[in-house]
Amino acid sequence: MKEAYLPGILAAALLASSAVWTTGCSPAQEKGTAIHFWALGAEGENVQQLVPEFERRNPGIHVQVHAIPWTAAHEKLLTAYAGNSLPDVFQLGNTWIPEFLTLHAIEPLDTMAAQSRIVRPDAYFSGIWETNRADGRLYGVPWYVDTRVLFYRTDILARAGFTHPPRTWDEWDQICRRIVETGGPEEHFAMLLPTSEWAPPVILGMQTGSALLKDDNCYGNFSGEQFHKAFAFYTEFFRRKYAPIGLMNVVNLYQSLAEGYFAMYISGPWNIGEFRHRLPAALQDKWMTAPLPGPDPGKPGVSLAGGSSLAIAASSTNKDAAWRLVEFLSEPAQQLTFYKLTGDLPAQVSAWNDTALAHNQYARAFFDQLNAVVSPPKIPQWEQIAMKVQDYAEIASRGTMSTEDALAALDRDVNVILEKRRWMIHAR
Amino acid sequence: MPGDGRTRALVVFLGPALAAIGLFFFVPVLAAFIMSFTDFDIYSLGDFRYARFVGLRNYLQLFEDPLFWKAMGNTVYFLIVGGPLSIAVSLGAAVLLQSRLVRFQSFFRFVYFAPVVTTLVAVAIVWRFIYHPRFGLLNFFLSLVGVHMIDWLGDPHWAMPAIIVLAIWKNFGYNMIIFIAGLQNIPASMYEAASIDGANAWQRFRRITLPLLAPTTVFIAIITMIGYFQLFAEPYVMTQGGPLNSTLSIVLLMYQQGFRWWNMGYSAAIAFVLFACILVVSVIQTRLQRGRGE
Repeated sequence: MKEAYLPGILAAALLASSAVWTTGCSPAQEKGTAIHFWALGAEGENVQQLVPEFERRNPGIHVQVHAIPWTAAHEKLLTAYAGNSLPDVFQLGNTWIPEFLTLHAIEPLDTMAAQSRIVRPDAYFSGIWETNRADGRLYGVPWYVDTRVLFYRTDILARAGFTHPPRTWDEWDQICRRIVETGGPEEHFAMLLPTSEWAPPVILGMQTGSALLKDDNCYGNFSGEQFHKAFAFYTEFFRRKYAPIGLMNVVNLYQSLAEGYFAMYISGPWNIGEFRHRLPAALQDKWMTAPLPGPDPGKPGVSLAGGSSLAIAASSTNKDAAWRLVEFLSEPAQQLTFYKLTGDLPAQVSAWNDTALAHNQYARAFFDQLNAVVSPPKIPQWEQIAMKVQDYAEIASRGTMSTEDALAALDRDVNVILEKRRWMIHAR
Repeated sequence: MPGDGRTRALVVFLGPALAAIGLFFFVPVLAAFIMSFTDFDIYSLGDFRYARFVGLRNYLQLFEDPLFWKAMGNTVYFLIVGGPLSIAVSLGAAVLLQSRLVRFQSFFRFVYFAPVVTTLVAVAIVWRFIYHPRFGLLNFFLSLVGVHMIDWLGDPHWAMPAIIVLAIWKNFGYNMIIFIAGLQNIPASMYEAASIDGANAWQRFRRITLPLLAPTTVFIAIITMIGYFQLFAEPYVMTQGGPLNSTLSIVLLMYQQGFRWWNMGYSAAIAFVLFACILVVSVIQTRLQRGRGE
């Protein structure tokens, strides 16, 4: 029954931490406004360096940055909401927006954005901008963007007879087969598709045009023809032994890629930096990124619209000052500085013209991909549904259930999750 | 009146502790119990009107949830295999360490107790390497005797045994210390008398050590059962319940439902089902022991 204590303890901890803030403000800042800004992970550590410039331009506004680890972020933000102690501005993974919107925890930003020269819809990738909108209103400003592309070993593909990355599913399949055939006697695979990631099966589903859910996101649509096709394609990677099943074979991703245990991997922008640091020098010119292949020839495959947004708490008493900070962080120049600090890809399209990004050959695939991104269903239950997709993808990949049975079971589970949503829509 | 003074003293001394327990234990437990009959979730957090009293629906849904039965099966598997094994290992270690033949007793006591006080997260990192299918120590030793590569944490059949071995290694030191305390209470004269009567080591263990350790064993059995029913940390850090939910325990399921998905009502229902299970098994264990004692 330990769990019963937990909310209490968290609430107490939050109370204690808010007490620290109030006493932590030195008298010198009392005259101006202090705004609290929660940023997550590496962003939280690095954004501090942008603050002095903001404070110089906005005398009287003092920004207190709190870095929150990613692993605890979701719980902390929700508990802060429950304890009525959300900061003025905070970073939100853009798939979390529907959840905080449901709680009425975040402020609509349309009025403020309408007057802004910086935060304009046409300044952003449209797919990413769309993830920040719900019910016709804007609830977050894209801060940095994120999507999934294909990372691959050029030398292994060349050995298999391909000088270019796969562009269609058919090519993808051929390349995988050739890689498995042409590899040495050592155990090796073509792809790495960790069964602990929901993104690959979901992305493949989006590529076939499946809406994932149906009837105003009230029911699962996974047994539908389109998702079925994608799901079958996904499981084939395992059934044909193009990808290893089980997580433990690859404890160190970089080491395994370096030794050629696998040649292709679907991942996000953070791995550009990691690959540069962690792959041996001899391999540095032997890897590349490419937009994802798609099911139909001639059409790019879509990927996931990811990234983080800046949101303003509905409970904030300093919304104007908070908006100024959001606007400042959205300036292309600041986005570029931030890119140099963290490697996070700028949400402002014009920031990509800078040489720092234009010369990054690995970033190009991301730029192309970002023009073809789709947002997952914008409902608070999405993460829970995504985990179900992941579970059944693993079950079907191991052959424990047939594709049809797995998808039927997936729809059944998802419909249970969505029961509350149906009731709420009905009650309205 | 002297009684008044007594009452006042009782209130003064016990009051604060009772108030704290009441506020931080009984109130939350009661709240959780009530919550288990609602569908309290993320929506309700935003607006209480979105919480509905659903009667027994959480419980009924729970009994229809294949994941719940999977988790229950895993937990019982862990309990039935891991519990007795862990007690046996603790008892074995305790008897060995009490033997006069063993030197450096306190050193070994320290060594065997060390895993209990080591952070599980650090332990998990080391054990993940031990269990690594390609480079792990365990598979290396097994390969010497011709056993083919086993993906310990990645194979649904082997993940739970791997977790059990880890849990036993991590926890047996604690019970061992309690057994040692129990063993020290057995008078040496009994063993001497038995030896004079010609009892061998096994007979002495069987006829003296085990019966006289019975109260300690019951205590340990109940504590171990309660602890093992609440299996959480080991799968949480090692496998996150995978592969194919083969290491998903009841408490891990409760954690996921409650703090990951904020299905607080459902999660509270799981908590009370777990509570009922532990209560029933504890009562049975105590009854069995009493029945044997008479």
